[in-house]
Amino acid sequence: MPEFLSPAVLLEKYYRSKSLPTSWCPGCGIGTVVGGIVRAILGTGIPPERFVFVTGIGCYGGAGTYLRFSDIHALHGRCPSYGTGLKLANPSVYPILLMGDGDASAIGGNHLIHAARRNIDLTAVVLNNHTYGMTGGQYSPTTPGGTPASTAPYGMVENSFDLCRLMQAAGASFVARTTVYHVTQMIGLITRAIRHKGFSFVEVESQCPTYFGRSGKIGTAVDMLKWQRDHSVPVEKAGELSPEELKGKIVTGVFIEEKRPEYVDAYYALMDRLRESAETPK
Amino acid sequence: MEGKEALMMGNEACAEGAIAAGVRFFAGYPITPASEIAEILSVRLPQVGGCFIQMEDELGSITAATGASIGGMKALTASSGPGLSLKQEGIGCAAIMEVPLVVINVQRGGPGIGNIQPSQGDVMQARWGSHGGAQLIALAPSSVKECFDLTVQAVNFAERFRVPVLLLSDASVGHMREKIFIPPSVETVERKRPSVAPESFETYDAEDPDGVPPMAEIGTKYDSHYTSFMHHRSGLPAWTDLEVTDALVRRLANKILHHRDEIILLEGHQLEDAKIVVVAYGSTARPAKAAVNMAREKGIPAGLLKLMTLWPFARDEIQRLSGRARAILVPEMNLGQMAGEVERAAGGRCRVVGLNRVDGGLITPEQIFARLGEVF
Repeated sequence: MPEFLSPAVLLEKYYRSKSLPTSWCPGCGIGTVVGGIVRAILGTGIPPERFVFVTGIGCYGGAGTYLRFSDIHALHGRCPSYGTGLKLANPSVYPILLMGDGDASAIGGNHLIHAARRNIDLTAVVLNNHTYGMTGGQYSPTTPGGTPASTAPYGMVENSFDLCRLMQAAGASFVARTTVYHVTQMIGLITRAIRHKGFSFVEVESQCPTYFGRSGKIGTAVDMLKWQRDHSVPVEKAGELSPEELKGKIVTGVFIEEKRPEYVDAYYALMDRLRESAETPK
Repeated sequence: MEGKEALMMGNEACAEGAIAAGVRFFAGYPITPASEIAEILSVRLPQVGGCFIQMEDELGSITAATGASIGGMKALTASSGPGLSLKQEGIGCAAIMEVPLVVINVQRGGPGIGNIQPSQGDVMQARWGSHGGAQLIALAPSSVKECFDLTVQAVNFAERFRVPVLLLSDASVGHMREKIFIPPSVETVERKRPSVAPESFETYDAEDPDGVPPMAEIGTKYDSHYTSFMHHRSGLPAWTDLEVTDALVRRLANKILHHRDEIILLEGHQLEDAKIVVVAYGSTARPAKAAVNMAREKGIPAGLLKLMTLWPFARDEIQRLSGRARAILVPEMNLGQMAGEVERAAGGRCRVVGLNRVDGGLITPEQIFARLGEVF
């Protein structure tokens, strides 16, 4: 773990002062997650200019605006495909995909699963606050059943996604979950995710006190952080619990970390092969 | 190296033109009648150090191509009607982010899934398809040779003006085979790079008289902030800053419109003394030329203006012609999309009439000739 920079130093060196203060509500988890990502980046020792934040649309998608890193703040849900083109065209850069739960698993779900399937070397840090915060607290694919939202006034009727299971099934070779409360674990997991060659997915359980804290009846930001602390179960312990006991729990830790062929490497190996031989299409 | 003669189809000429112009990235999704472009580039690109990827959908294709262009490769995607409808989101986004990009539309019949017959039904979509009315460039080839040449031109315009450029081919010209000469090399344009030091670089610093901001290499000390929000020159969101927003929206349009002379490519045939002018584009320009020749043989003073650039529109040229012609005839495989634009430019100085075919069949020289006779 590298030296833990003070927020003042972090802000001065890695944030665009002109763009501050942020638009995030008091008590929101996004600032902690973004700070965690910056610390994780610094922890890798890779030159910061090699990182490109590819961000979605929503409260979390605005993060690139505040940072002194290159960023692409383009379209809702398309971070994985922008990142795929960027990484394939320029393997020297490290795209960091920032997506909220709606961005990643609703409008961008198709790109997400296919980026995972290709095992392309991108790092996705998905912030799951179970709601669309920017547009006013509508339900998302991760809103728990029964919880009200501005578009689920009688409670969420649909089933919800377990994003880490989705990513494992789709083929991501690094999948982990943590919470805003477990900030040290979060920094460590994101660092590992960046270093991992292949599609890396880190889900961070975060708090939206403005909408989900109220609609889910969890309470203030502090209550929500305590909720994260009290409902988290390390993956190593989760195996000992019954499905009934795991209901409503957040299983944290690394679900999968495997060395598997990576897409960009495979494609460039093909290019090299064609350069050296007169291979014709099969 | 010498050039070579080759028998190829329009879609193949587009693929070869793209490679000649320096395109090294293609992302696409299968669709008839555009798939050959993808298939050929899947063979050719890795041979020349380029990348081909078949994406999960059209949204993924346009955005992967945009990401690749930011990554430093000249990028291309191709599709047809239904695919183009999906790509509109990414086209508008590339326009405001000012990312060079070429999009080939091998037009087929619509709306909806329509059919896979030739059509020119996407002319207005090319101009107004993406929300917000971004000013793009659109070119239309009428032959296999023009598929090659105009793809090169499209890539060059995209890099020069940092804008998505559409190439509106169609099922006819895309699948037609002709012998063409492939030159050993073509003139290429490279995107402008910043001349300032990294500390003073701003992503959307468009102080150059041409209104096109230099584009930095990503992954270097030049922090780039590509954004699809209304923005300041720094790339920071302009939110409710009216003055900044106004200047941005106007600059994005004017960097194209102020270069009409450079962008608008036209070809005239028998125009000098023409009293009746056929304005045609794409595959319809060929029967139009034949019809003009037939009319001349019968003593009808007809001429042809072939539009190779559809957008920005050849407003001034049409205006001039409308002052001395009796009528303008616009044959097109749609219900009069370009005729409306021609009428607007003609401003009532002469009659503008259409000849429209939307059954999926090609407009024939005889049909145009007959219409010329009626109108004259």
